[in-house]
Amino acid sequence: MEIPAIVGAGLVVIGAGIGIGRIGGSAMDAIARQPEATNKIQTAMLIAAALIEGIGFAALFAV
Amino acid sequence: MLISPFALFANHHEDKAEHNEEEVAHHEEVVVELTEAEKKAAKRKAYIKHHLQDSYDFTIWQAKGIGFPLPVILWDEGLHLFSSSKFHHGETVAESKGNFYKLYHGKIYKTDAEGTISYDEHHHPTNAKPLDFSITKNVLTIMLVGLLIFFVFKRFAKSYSNNLVPRKGGKFLEPLVLFVRDEIAIPNIGKKHYRKYMSYLLTVFFFIWFLNLAGMTPLGIGVTNNIAVTFGLALITFLITQFTSKKDYWGHIFWMPGVPVPMKFVLAPIELLGVFIKPFALMIRLYANMTAGHIVLMSLIGLLYVFTNWFAKGAFLGLTLFLSIIELLVAFLQAYIFTMLTALYFGGAVAEHDDH
Amino acid sequence: MEQLLNDFSVGLFFWQTILFVVLLFLLRKFAWKPILNAVNEREDSIKSALDSAEDAKREMAKLKSTNEDLLNEARGERDAMLKDARDMKDKIVAEAKVTANEQADRIVAEARESIQHEKMAAITELKNQVAILSIEIAEKILKEELSSADKQKTIIDNVVKDINLN
Repeated sequence: MEIPAIVGAGLVVIGAGIGIGRIGGSAMDAIARQPEATNKIQTAMLIAAALIEGIGFAALFAV
Repeated sequence: MLISPFALFANHHEDKAEHNEEEVAHHEEVVVELTEAEKKAAKRKAYIKHHLQDSYDFTIWQAKGIGFPLPVILWDEGLHLFSSSKFHHGETVAESKGNFYKLYHGKIYKTDAEGTISYDEHHHPTNAKPLDFSITKNVLTIMLVGLLIFFVFKRFAKSYSNNLVPRKGGKFLEPLVLFVRDEIAIPNIGKKHYRKYMSYLLTVFFFIWFLNLAGMTPLGIGVTNNIAVTFGLALITFLITQFTSKKDYWGHIFWMPGVPVPMKFVLAPIELLGVFIKPFALMIRLYANMTAGHIVLMSLIGLLYVFTNWFAKGAFLGLTLFLSIIELLVAFLQAYIFTMLTALYFGGAVAEHDDH
Repeated sequence: MEQLLNDFSVGLFFWQTILFVVLLFLLRKFAWKPILNAVNEREDSIKSALDSAEDAKREMAKLKSTNEDLLNEARGERDAMLKDARDMKDKIVAEAKVTANEQADRIVAEARESIQHEKMAAITELKNQVAILSIEIAEKILKEELSSADKQKTIIDNVVKDINLN
């Protein structure tokens, strides 16, 4: 049976969602632990999230 | 593919509707077996698609047909310049200097005098497409928003000429300028080199932000959800990165220091690929975020009309309001992320690695 | 992806790039340079103002510490003077006490001496008076005793009687 490409894209999106969620959660933990480093953590979080997002989009547009 | 989220929400006969959507929207050829609800759903989908697309006339109120035509500029063995009203929304063939053009699915094709369009087996037109430099809705929006940004910031800059403390609007704009400088440019590029990139970073930040906000208006002038626009921005970032890069940047790409020699050979093509993937991701991210945001919002608004239950209507109205606020945040966030990643790439290009 | 490429509008890309680059140069000339220069200038002036304020603060602290020193010195001096004065006073009082005592003793002694003297003189006088009185009394008695012939005879008798003719 052939699996449609959109299913694969969906899986990637789920993966990316989990990944970004984890990054966000970890960043929250980190900020809670070190509120003075909030800016640095936020920047790093956004960069990491943006990179994962890029993979998600790549999968979506590959369909 | 991008329209499908709406279809999933809207009806159970998604495939049928999608198949017929274009015909319904553009030719009013109503297929007999479609029910009334399905016809409506298909129309809504076409409306959303139209709303997101660029167009040759500036629609202010689509349902009432209020709007104005824009100039069409074509290069086809000579310059052709005429008003888009000649197309009559694709219903007639426009004639210019002995050539005939027809608007079909939002694109201009060269046709014969009768406007015949021939198709290949995938139902794609095979007619020639002239080089199109028309002032479309999006081009006009870019011009207007560009002018707005220019005059706003010129005024703001002028307010500094007699005293150094910002007044009125400057109080709102200055923190943003400082935000770009202190939170984006300096941490990512470094104190030594950030100055020469400030103009670009500030322009790109406010350009994207203002265009994103313009896209939030009900005029359907979402410019940043157009891949050509984001491609243009990403290309400039790419070019600036390459042309201002220092020796270390290329050294890190082709001969990564601090790793064993075999690894250097493995890393070189990956790093080289990364050079192109970075701006590509930049382009896709902005485009996809803005497009997705618009589709979700418009789908929710569409759901307001689908449901007859007042409770459901209220719930979707609340959800729409909530998501609109989120979209306002996203408009800023995407401008920020685009600018920050741009700064990050610039930072990589000018980084001097003393530690190696 | 195919749809995306199909949707790509060369014209929009062309206009967007040109307009963006024009906007970039216009803004650089008319907005970003003046704004950033003004902001930098302001930040520099704020920084220098802060620095000079810091300097002034340090100067003030220095001045305050010298003032404090002076004040302390003055206070010390005052204390010393007060102490001196107190000592002097004590000394004077003590000396005065000593002199007063001496004087009093002397006065008492003199008084006592003169009292003794007076007493002696009084006693002498009394003795003289008593002697004179005794003589006078004796004279009177004698006169009385010898006023008559009988008494004279008696006395002579008594005296003669007492005289033992041995």
